Amino acid sequence: MARSLEALQRQYARSIDPKKGGMGHGPGPGGPGRHGRASGKPKNAGATVKRMLSYVAPYKYLFVVVIICMLGTTASSLFGSAMLRPIINHIAESGIPAAERMSYLMKMLLILGGIYLVGVFTNFFQTKIMVHISQNASEHIRNDLFTKLETLPVRFFDTNTTGETMSRFTNDVDNIDIMLGNSLVSVVSGLVSLIGTFCMMLYLNIPLTLITVAFIPLFIKGGGWIAKRSSKYYGGQQSALGAVNGYIEESVSGQKVVKVFNHEKDCVEEFTALNDDLRDKQFKAQFYGGIMGPVMGNTSQISYAITAGIGGILCLLGKFDVGGLSVFVNYSRQFSMPINMVSQQTSTIFAALAGAERVFNILDMEPEQPDTPDALPFGGLKKEIRLDDVTFGYNPDKVILKHISLYAKPGQKIAFVGSTGAGKTTITNLLNRFYDIDSGSITIDGVNINRIKRDDLRRNIAMVLQDTHLFTGTIRENIRYGRLDATDEEVEAAARTASAHSFIMRLENGYDTMITGDGANLSQGQRQLLNIARAAISKAPILVLDEATSSVDTRTERHIEHGMDRLMADRTTFVIAHRLSTVRNADAIMVLENGEIIERGDHDDLLSQKGRYYELYTGKKELD
Amino acid sequence: MKWSKYVKPYLPYFIIGPLCMIVEVIGEVLMPKFLALIVDYGISENGMENAPAAIKWLYGLFPNANGFVLAIMTGMILTAILMMLGGIGGAYFGSKASVNFAADVRADVYRKVQTYSFANIDKFSTGSLVTRLTNDVTQMQNFINMLLRMCLRAPGMMIGALIMAFLLNPRLTVVLAVTMPLLLIVLGFIVKKGFPRFGIMQEKIDALNSTVQESITNVRVVKSFVREDRENKKFGTANSNLKKAGLSAMSVMILISPAMNFFMNITTMAVVWFGGNMVASGSMSVGDLIAFVTYITQILMSLMMVTMMFVMFSRAMASAGRIKEVLGEDVDIKDDHLSEEQKNATIEKGDIEFRNVNFRYYKNSHDEVLKDINLKISAGATVGLIGPTGCGKTTLVSLIPRLYDPDSGEILIDGKNVHEYSLYHLREGVGMVLQKNVLFSGSIEDNLRWGDQNATDEQLKAAAEAAQADKFVSAFSDGYKTDLGQGGSNVSGGQKQRLCIARALLKKPKILILDDSTSAVDTATEAAIRKAFKTTLSDTTKIIIAQRISSVRNADTVIVMDDGKITGIGTHDELMKTNEEYREIYYSQNDKKEGE
Repeated sequence: MARSLEALQRQYARSIDPKKGGMGHGPGPGGPGRHGRASGKPKNAGATVKRMLSYVAPYKYLFVVVIICMLGTTASSLFGSAMLRPIINHIAESGIPAAERMSYLMKMLLILGGIYLVGVFTNFFQTKIMVHISQNASEHIRNDLFTKLETLPVRFFDTNTTGETMSRFTNDVDNIDIMLGNSLVSVVSGLVSLIGTFCMMLYLNIPLTLITVAFIPLFIKGGGWIAKRSSKYYGGQQSALGAVNGYIEESVSGQKVVKVFNHEKDCVEEFTALNDDLRDKQFKAQFYGGIMGPVMGNTSQISYAITAGIGGILCLLGKFDVGGLSVFVNYSRQFSMPINMVSQQTSTIFAALAGAERVFNILDMEPEQPDTPDALPFGGLKKEIRLDDVTFGYNPDKVILKHISLYAKPGQKIAFVGSTGAGKTTITNLLNRFYDIDSGSITIDGVNINRIKRDDLRRNIAMVLQDTHLFTGTIRENIRYGRLDATDEEVEAAARTASAHSFIMRLENGYDTMITGDGANLSQGQRQLLNIARAAISKAPILVLDEATSSVDTRTERHIEHGMDRLMADRTTFVIAHRLSTVRNADAIMVLENGEIIERGDHDDLLSQKGRYYELYTGKKELD
Repeated sequence: MKWSKYVKPYLPYFIIGPLCMIVEVIGEVLMPKFLALIVDYGISENGMENAPAAIKWLYGLFPNANGFVLAIMTGMILTAILMMLGGIGGAYFGSKASVNFAADVRADVYRKVQTYSFANIDKFSTGSLVTRLTNDVTQMQNFINMLLRMCLRAPGMMIGALIMAFLLNPRLTVVLAVTMPLLLIVLGFIVKKGFPRFGIMQEKIDALNSTVQESITNVRVVKSFVREDRENKKFGTANSNLKKAGLSAMSVMILISPAMNFFMNITTMAVVWFGGNMVASGSMSVGDLIAFVTYITQILMSLMMVTMMFVMFSRAMASAGRIKEVLGEDVDIKDDHLSEEQKNATIEKGDIEFRNVNFRYYKNSHDEVLKDINLKISAGATVGLIGPTGCGKTTLVSLIPRLYDPDSGEILIDGKNVHEYSLYHLREGVGMVLQKNVLFSGSIEDNLRWGDQNATDEQLKAAAEAAQADKFVSAFSDGYKTDLGQGGSNVSGGQKQRLCIARALLKKPKILILDDSTSAVDTATEAAIRKAFKTTLSDTTKIIIAQRISSVRNADTVIVMDDGKITGIGTHDELMKTNEEYREIYYSQNDKKEGE
């Protein structure tokens, strides 16, 4: 029972994951160019252009050079063509002595060579400088974007997919780069040579120029007609392609499930529907994109033909000369080229502007709230951490934590247990201000945490999170991430504390083993141990363990208990675990249910209460 | 494996497309000659004397030269219109051919991937399969599109213009014999120098991307250790490396245009010099010289296009190679050896037996993942499977629905080797919840129906109830119609696992395998699921892989595994007495006093 085409498209056209969209289109499997959401019309083009130009503003003097070079190139090509007129006229003239003819030709060719040489050099410098400017400007944009990203609140990363954010760096900056490096120059030099050619043509012959001019509306109308259709079908093609790629991405990634459920036939059926739809739309897009060249090019051939014919008659009437005609027809051909070029660049420019808009959107986002001017440094934890009537929801309409109050004294271990979705992890998001609470207060020694310098606060809370994340680099570097000035001995000691030392030593290069692809070469359990070591090396007095050992099998967990005890001994610790054996020896256990603390006490207390904790612990009774 | 298979159905498009392009090329080559006719015979006073017969005849039709010029002009306009039609036709047929080719290749690759066994998928990795299906196919399509529209155009234009130039003046073409090879060498040099630099640039792009990706996915770590500055620095380095690589690649490629101009100019000058002298000496006409100059431009331009085509060709070939690998892969698990009768056999009861089974993932590795496994499970039993990570639990159960085939030994279901069932019926009879759960875009209902497409709403609800999913599903405002988002991003880990169980339950399998599939579900809910199994799946053989003793202690039999071997089989109580390992696992999860 395959789903209908419409349903599939609705589903997948928006679930494209453009993260693999590579910049440039280099060879190899590394850079698949996906253009998922790369298209789209810019909303406020004027402001966006202005802002984009601000990135090239530091190079304004170089721009002057570029423009001079551009004028040089254009002039060289115009005058180069014009030079042919006297030469050909001279050749066509009969009755000139051979020696005189030779010296004249030589002289003219030398001038021509000079003009050409200027053109070659200005052309070279113009592109060279533009590449320099565009590469530097895109480096600048990427740096701004990344630096900005680092200041954005966690909420941003929780609400935007990685792929989405990645495509700002890849597709969008890439399009901007192309526009700055290519389109801008093409358009400007196109316009310059358009004007230049027009002037030369006027100078050569006014009636013939008028014929060429008469074709301009035709170019604009025809080009516009095709461009409109082609961009319409291009959009259709992009969303169909997005749907096909989205479908491939999902179903091939879940291929093993597909097999286990004998679902291959349905997948093929659904895929075929999407693929056939793409086939139609892609054809239309390619066709309309493909006729732009021939239609425009051959329209200019017609204008060339008429110019040649009328020009020939003018020559016969004695109102024009052969050399002039041969130069003029070349101009009339060149005349349509800039128009073509500019019309071809429009789609690139639109894509770049839309991309730039998305990039600037990120640059304009609210960063994490800055520290207040009177923010205090972290004063150490002397008395207690206290949560007082804390209420919080990720969205205003859905409250996750309700009226949570608790405290922890230095060195204490506080545990949270409860079923999935009860709000355990959310509490850890609040302690170091990944999210700010809606009401209530969190205080450390009586100081509200939003009055403590945020960096200070975070430096003093070490976290081991549910999702284990490692960085590309050696194991040693990964552990040292917790405290950058730690010595090798300290790194090793931390690894021992986390019981990671023995498995690290069994790896081929020990502590210098490279971790790649988020630690794909390690088991989940080993990655968790490294995460613990990373937290252990930091001297933070507060420790948060969120399901820190969930993937370590229980026997190993037993073995690392001592290390964990040592780790927690002089720290104030918050532990979250659904495996209750981990939390037994906590000073206080909070049982969470639907965002509320429904029971609290130590292990023995809670067991003797025979309440929810007892039920959870024995697993003999159902919760509801 | 032949590409011709994808060309054949669209052969007319593949032929007509380039033919249309030829029309355009011929027109383009003729245009300068027309102008030469106007200049030489129309304008010059006594050109007619040594004109060819055809020209004389045409000239004779008109009272004066004006008529002749206008006639040529009309010819030119008609040619241009023909060229336009040719161009449009070329775009039409070329697009038809390339689009259909790509769509067929894509469909074939997709179909092929659907036949892949787990081993095949592991070999390629899903990420690489996705890239091949999306990016590589697109690369090939672009190439074919370009090929059909340029392949004949550029060389055709080059050859046509060369012929015309030669016809106009053979001696003058000697100039081209010198400059063309020189240009070719220079272009070849640039491409050869520049291409590897683009490879390096691509590496830097990948490096930059992975830096960004890493710091996005690790954002909580970065923030909690306040390492933003460090990340900025790391990114800054990757970014400036990319810029340097980009500049180095571009610095070579930007030489192309000046080099082209240089050679074009040199050639023009040489032609004007030598041609000018020929005109003076009367061995060449002015019109021909003008035409000749135009032909030079055409020839050199097409030479550049041909060079570019080779670059594109080498890229497309790399993609084609990767697609070929997918299509040419031998699928190692098949069922086409079966007789008609065997094909219809279904699993009736659910007895399972392993006989001397050995297994390795890679045929050349020494490490056996499973060593001499012997095991009998009778229909309807509940079997727990426990042991440390990496001991072979998942591998063991994967052999039952033939996700992998053992190296030696056999696996029997209902007394019959699994090879004697069709893959379809085998897998219909075996329900499996994988360790790595996957849900698909679509509603909850869509996902559950993977188990049984014809299930009634009541059946859906019943399965969800048994998997303890009904309650949270019903709490959603859209209930079973709730959209799951990509990869089930709208539900929590524990909810996802329960939906996956419900999906497997709907299959009403004779054998149900749960591979650590309640790890994110809390103990109480898990107990409820187990209880539901007892009543709703009494006839089904249930194999439960788990980390927690509580998940398996009530099973009819518990199997303890370590390092690819079965080290203990028995009930919970028996194993507590006889099996040291089992006891150790048990005590790691429970207080001693409570166990006794």
